[in-house]
Amino acid sequence: MKKKEYLVVLAGQPNSGKSTVFNALTGASQHVANYPGVTVDKMAGWYKYRGVSLEVVDLPGTYSLTSYSPEERVSRDFILHEGPSVVVNVMDASSLKRCLYLTFQLLEMDTTVVLDLNMMDVAENRGLEIDENMLAQRLGVPVIPTTMKSGRGKKELLDAIATVSQDGQQARGAQIDYGDMEPSFRELREKLAGTDLADMYPLRWLVIKLMEGDAEARRLIREHHPQADSYLELVEKTREDFETRYDEAPEVHIANRRYQTADDITRSCVKLRAGAKPPLSNKIDKLVCHRLLGPLILVGVIWLLYYLSIVQGYNLTNYTWPLLAKIRSLAEMITPAPGFIEIPLLRSFVLWFVDSINALLNYVPIFFILFGLIAILEDSGYMPRMAFIMDRLFSRFGLHGQSTLPMVLGGIYVGGCAVPGVMSCKGIPDERSRLATILIIPMLNCLAKVPLYVLLINIYFAAHKVWAMFFISTISLLLVLPVAKILTLTVLKDKETAPFVMEMPPYHIPTIRAVLGRAVERVWLFLKKITTIVAAVAVVIFVLLQFPGLSAERMAHYNGEKEKATRAFLKTVKGTSFAEYLGSEQLMALIWYWDDYKDAKMGVKAGAAAAALEAKFKEKNPVFFRIVKPGQDEAAKINRAFKKLYKTRKGLLREMRKERIDNSILGKLGKWIEPVTRAAGFNWRVNVALLSALAAKESSVATLGALYEQEEEGEALEQRMAKGEAGFTPLHALSLMLFMVLYPPCLATAIAVKVQAGSIKWMLFAMIYPMVLGLVAAVLVFSGGSALGLSGLEAMFAFYGLALVFTIIMGFTGKKSEYA
Amino acid sequence: MTLDQMKPGDACRIKKLTVRDKLGQRLLDMGVYPGLELKVIRNAPLRDPMEVELDGYLVSLRHEEARFVEVEPL
Repeated sequence: MKKKEYLVVLAGQPNSGKSTVFNALTGASQHVANYPGVTVDKMAGWYKYRGVSLEVVDLPGTYSLTSYSPEERVSRDFILHEGPSVVVNVMDASSLKRCLYLTFQLLEMDTTVVLDLNMMDVAENRGLEIDENMLAQRLGVPVIPTTMKSGRGKKELLDAIATVSQDGQQARGAQIDYGDMEPSFRELREKLAGTDLADMYPLRWLVIKLMEGDAEARRLIREHHPQADSYLELVEKTREDFETRYDEAPEVHIANRRYQTADDITRSCVKLRAGAKPPLSNKIDKLVCHRLLGPLILVGVIWLLYYLSIVQGYNLTNYTWPLLAKIRSLAEMITPAPGFIEIPLLRSFVLWFVDSINALLNYVPIFFILFGLIAILEDSGYMPRMAFIMDRLFSRFGLHGQSTLPMVLGGIYVGGCAVPGVMSCKGIPDERSRLATILIIPMLNCLAKVPLYVLLINIYFAAHKVWAMFFISTISLLLVLPVAKILTLTVLKDKETAPFVMEMPPYHIPTIRAVLGRAVERVWLFLKKITTIVAAVAVVIFVLLQFPGLSAERMAHYNGEKEKATRAFLKTVKGTSFAEYLGSEQLMALIWYWDDYKDAKMGVKAGAAAAALEAKFKEKNPVFFRIVKPGQDEAAKINRAFKKLYKTRKGLLREMRKERIDNSILGKLGKWIEPVTRAAGFNWRVNVALLSALAAKESSVATLGALYEQEEEGEALEQRMAKGEAGFTPLHALSLMLFMVLYPPCLATAIAVKVQAGSIKWMLFAMIYPMVLGLVAAVLVFSGGSALGLSGLEAMFAFYGLALVFTIIMGFTGKKSEYA
Repeated sequence: MTLDQMKPGDACRIKKLTVRDKLGQRLLDMGVYPGLELKVIRNAPLRDPMEVELDGYLVSLRHEEARFVEVEPL
């Protein structure tokens, strides 16, 4: 790719439509990276205009440029160190005064600024008339009014960026007069002249920051000033002098001057048209944040989110699943055909791989709806309201109001997914709460845990299904809250915190284009990131389950069985008119034919379609067809013998598979840890299922399916498991379900944890502590329950009560003010 | 008086911030600065946090943060 000639930076406050501008400029050519050392997303893209290519970096939305938050630090450092050709300051035209507060700080950094007065439509609707020429004159920078949502003003903005960046001339914008503080700036600045700092940083900006008490600015002095200590002493003295003299903290004075100047400029440039209506937001908030209605609406919104994405999305998979099934049939067709008892390794590998990927792709409709709905929540302005309502509850447990959405996504009731849940933790400004949220999300009830719950509840709590389902759906929340509190008080104790103070932005109606665009983009990102990981893990688990395989001795045994069965069949054939068509060479062909016929018949009901199908198979092989569908002749005898042979083969294959898993690395591991897990009531089979679930939790049920052999055709796993584990009681099932609740994150989630928490260390921690916790809970329930002679249901209620009491106790302990 | 003692519907003028550094700067950056008039709009359903209107913007903050904003009722 051609080298970018110009660097354009987008800066602006949250809710100013910055990402809309970014999308409008760069279209599809975007990528996400991380700023070094922090977990802040760096959005970059590029575009070409008038034959010049420009790189665009979308800085995180910030209200200010201090060094107190990672977002503000990276934004500031990027502008200072990357030397952008132009900084486009995107602002909400209807909140001019507030936005100018940031503009002044950009201008102080001596950058070339173009002001994008975005969301003009909102300003006009509110009856605001903005004199942009006056604004440009007062600020000394170009001002471009736009409504980027509908593309209005885009060309003008592109022109302005092109002109200003190619001009190369630094147009210095207006500077704030800090009044009584100017002498202090002058004095501090004089003492910097002649140092390296004069070439590296805008000095006026540096001294303003020093007067503000900015830690980063002090660090720059320590690094680059020859007499750093005495200079910093001077800074402290100047700050103190100012404060005693004017009875105002320097940073308060600075903020005050910025607001006053902003106010002055706004007054001269903005007129409120007579009869303009005030924004509706406050009226909506009256309902949405109401004491009683607010929480009800919140529950309604969450319910709708689940209903539309999980329930309706699941219905959609009925239409998408056949497509995925076609991929599998294709894979079956192109891989080597199975032998009587030898399944080619390539075949079983490819099918395993396709199944693993399909299991994931099957979720795409659900994710698409989910991501679309989240985009609506984000764009409408409802998210801060969610945080507002929930903050009190969550902050008691060391979480944050903004933990609400991640927890809803992770599965606060039943059926979320930890991956988007962990990803959406990004927005939580408080580092400690963010990490706590990231660490607990995997313990919520994701969709993939549900099949195991359903399986176990159907077998062991069949009479109390509703209670059991309620228990499992809500217990995770009761476990997650106290765990979050404990984490906050221990491992996360020293993490950085941030004030809650949060803007409640005006409501907006989201546009369909933006919502769909975001849904597509996020599904795509999700697939790109996750499928590769799932694919890699699928390979590893396959190897662990497949090798070392069966010994030559055992293979000989199975070959003997095969010989015996085929001999018996061929004996029946001998002496009939079929003998000349049906030798040992044709046997496999007949088996495949039988399989194909059964598969084809599956979706076909009686009638014309069935007749056509039979005609087709008859044409394919008339002899085989007579065996498959015999009349009252000798074919019936052969049909019976063949069915017996077919069943024997299935049995052999099943036994071999079971033996292979028994012998496999994973099987050995399962047996090896059995002494430990026995206290929790898990035998080695359950261990293997749980181990295989490390890749993806759906695997637990699939592996159990393979381990509990199928005796009768079409017998459900429920019956097989109940039969195969006579000693397995509801208490066993309960401890297994609890372990599943606390099960470590799947690998896709683990990767998301690594990305969001910013280190492998946290990823490993997130994987190990739930395992320990899960084992403790399972042992407590199983061994404790057994000792007390509790039934499964009694143990369930006892555990629930304990968890509830513990949660309440944790909610009231250790609450001390950050600022005491 | 401090802001956390104000009730929904009360209006007041900000006199002073009695906290500095991270929280102090954050309050300033969000538009809470001495001299400004503000109005308490409502408390959250569980009483905390509170929502205030400053200069046409809505901002929410926890009571333990509002403790550091000295105000005079209007």
